[in-house]
Amino acid sequence: MKKIAKILLSAAVMSSMALGMTGCNSEKKDETTKAAGGETTTTEASKSEEADKTEGDTEASSEEGAKTNDGELIKVGIINNDPNESGYRTANDKDMRETFTKENGYDASFAYSLKNDEQIAAAQQFIQDGVDYLLISAAGTAGWDTVLQDAQDAGIKVILFDRTIDADESLYEASIVSDMAKEGETAVDWLSSQNLSEYKIIHIQGVMGSSAQIGRSGALDSKVAAEANWTIVSQQTAEWNAETAQQIVQAVIDSGEKFNVIYAENDDMAKGAVQALDKANISHGVGKDVIVIGFDCNKWALEELLKGNWNYDGQCNPFQASYIDDIIKNGAKQKVVIMEEKGFDAATITQDDVDKYGIGN
Amino acid sequence: MSSSENKLQNNTLLATIKKIVSKQVFIPIAALLILVIFNLAADPSFFKISVDKSSSGDPIMSGFLVTILDNASELAILAIGMTLVTSASGGQDISVGSAIAIAGSVMLRVVCGTSARPESLHAPIIVAFLVCVLVSMAFGAFNGVLVSYCKIQPMVATLILFTAGRSIASWINNNQLPVVSDPKFGYYGNFIPGIPVPTPIFIAAICMIVIALILKFTNLRLYSQAVGINPHSSRLNGINPQLVKLLTFVILGACVAVAGFIKVSRLSTINYAVIAKDIEMDVILAVALGGNSLSGGKFSMTSSILGAYVIQFLTTTLIKFKVSANAIAAYKAVVVIILVVMSAPIVREKLGSLKKKVLSRKTVKEVA
Repeated sequence: MKKIAKILLSAAVMSSMALGMTGCNSEKKDETTKAAGGETTTTEASKSEEADKTEGDTEASSEEGAKTNDGELIKVGIINNDPNESGYRTANDKDMRETFTKENGYDASFAYSLKNDEQIAAAQQFIQDGVDYLLISAAGTAGWDTVLQDAQDAGIKVILFDRTIDADESLYEASIVSDMAKEGETAVDWLSSQNLSEYKIIHIQGVMGSSAQIGRSGALDSKVAAEANWTIVSQQTAEWNAETAQQIVQAVIDSGEKFNVIYAENDDMAKGAVQALDKANISHGVGKDVIVIGFDCNKWALEELLKGNWNYDGQCNPFQASYIDDIIKNGAKQKVVIMEEKGFDAATITQDDVDKYGIGN
Repeated sequence: MSSSENKLQNNTLLATIKKIVSKQVFIPIAALLILVIFNLAADPSFFKISVDKSSSGDPIMSGFLVTILDNASELAILAIGMTLVTSASGGQDISVGSAIAIAGSVMLRVVCGTSARPESLHAPIIVAFLVCVLVSMAFGAFNGVLVSYCKIQPMVATLILFTAGRSIASWINNNQLPVVSDPKFGYYGNFIPGIPVPTPIFIAAICMIVIALILKFTNLRLYSQAVGINPHSSRLNGINPQLVKLLTFVILGACVAVAGFIKVSRLSTINYAVIAKDIEMDVILAVALGGNSLSGGKFSMTSSILGAYVIQFLTTTLIKFKVSANAIAAYKAVVVIILVVMSAPIVREKLGSLKKKVLSRKTVKEVA
């Protein structure tokens, strides 16, 4: 009898531990994705799937260079999300790899994971390897305190990019992030500079609650509340999905309501909206009936701008490497560095802009 | 004298009404009627259909009804396959959305070749479509083998593809998002120049005709129902239950390929993370709305397909009434709960007996 009770007890303890652990995990993974590239959060499981593929992908890309030229090179350990996550991430990773090269005086090692715990393990590995700088784009915001403390004790400087974490500011040198609210404001300012007599807007939102949605919606909402001649014809979420966006715009067209602005919170949704306009023979673009606004600066979207089919595209800057490079070489001037993000106007965009700022193929 | 005549008339009338109500197809039709009446009352212009010119100068039919028929096409096609899977295996395939991502990705891969932005099509669309059908059927067979031969619960078996599918899809195209610039590719998801009716409606109609012919001229219906009701006794009667289950999953795979083709053709591009997101739930809902038992056995194909149109009707209605973004899912849920509860066999039986009681009391009074 006692034995059975013992077994039961131990089983209970084990299962509660397991439960506790899964609890932690899900909390850590609780993140909103960067909307850039029009990607929503991939499902938890597919994330782990992707993470499995790249797990332990810690590679020393320029090992030989380090050996021949040991004293000169700055050793950096870069922890990033899986480049397959989105077009934004692919561009981000490419930028990192192009900046932190031997030619630029770096000995860079990369680790990829979409899982927070794997990222933390990679960080510990880098600390043991004795890197000079640790660059982190964290998958989740929690759980980084200990490892950052370890890094500080070992005299390693930490720079966060793209995503912030919940840790004391003293634990890292700087954090380089996008300001989604500012992206929205830039776009809204541009829109108001068009001096239309009336703004009748179809507002197509991203996944509700994601940082990109909150920032980009917020700017428009406050402007509409403040101005008398700005009205929202329809405000609905298409969850970054082009097809849903198309249906939303189609519904407004079918009901015969008038509108002259489409404010889509990413390029994909703007594309869907334009598809509905084309079907209904409503002209759009520079000097036409409807103004089309998108975000993220995908290359194909900027090409639409170049052709004059769209009017404006707001950037969500994936190119943090130059900022980090500057901080490493010249020291950090402030804790939180907000990246400069452009908005492109179809009237002034050039082919060079498309090549330079366009994300993807 | 007159009262008995009355009663007789009453009885025949009741009988016909009862006959109609007890038909499975009654629930989706009733739901459709309610939606139609609601929209008619709220805004009669809902049903206006006009023929306009698109920006390329071709005539195009537009209006809410056309939009609904157009957008429900994928759902209706998928409902065909899902009904069969549900009937034979007594479970549902939840990997439909991910499988569509794979199908679409394969389609674009074949059409675009290695470059993500091809100037011209690298392969004829029909070839790409056939490859896409084959791949989808193979993935369907994968699910089918897990369910039939490994005896894994359908929902668990298809969970594998549900989680992995979108990653596989992005891997097929090296994580690039191909864009097809040839307008011909877009014909299948939009309009063929000169024909004002959206192409997906035709494709859906073709699929329905094909499945109607299959059900009429083969034993598919009998076999899958027999397997769904009792696999052991059907085996004793010479049907191979494993093969039948596998077959239904392969058929669903073919449906997925068609739906995926329409989806990528609509936009001439793909986004692996969001294409056909959560569509599996809508498809399962369509089957449930059709009054089909989700635990397998007898099914009505017409009801399932009508169920798909009801769901799209509901979605479009909600979008039209600008239900706030956060609330749209909640509204849908309420309507769906009512419909599903109404169509559940037990509830309908109870309601039927209740009605009988009330009516019999009435007639008793009348006689008295």
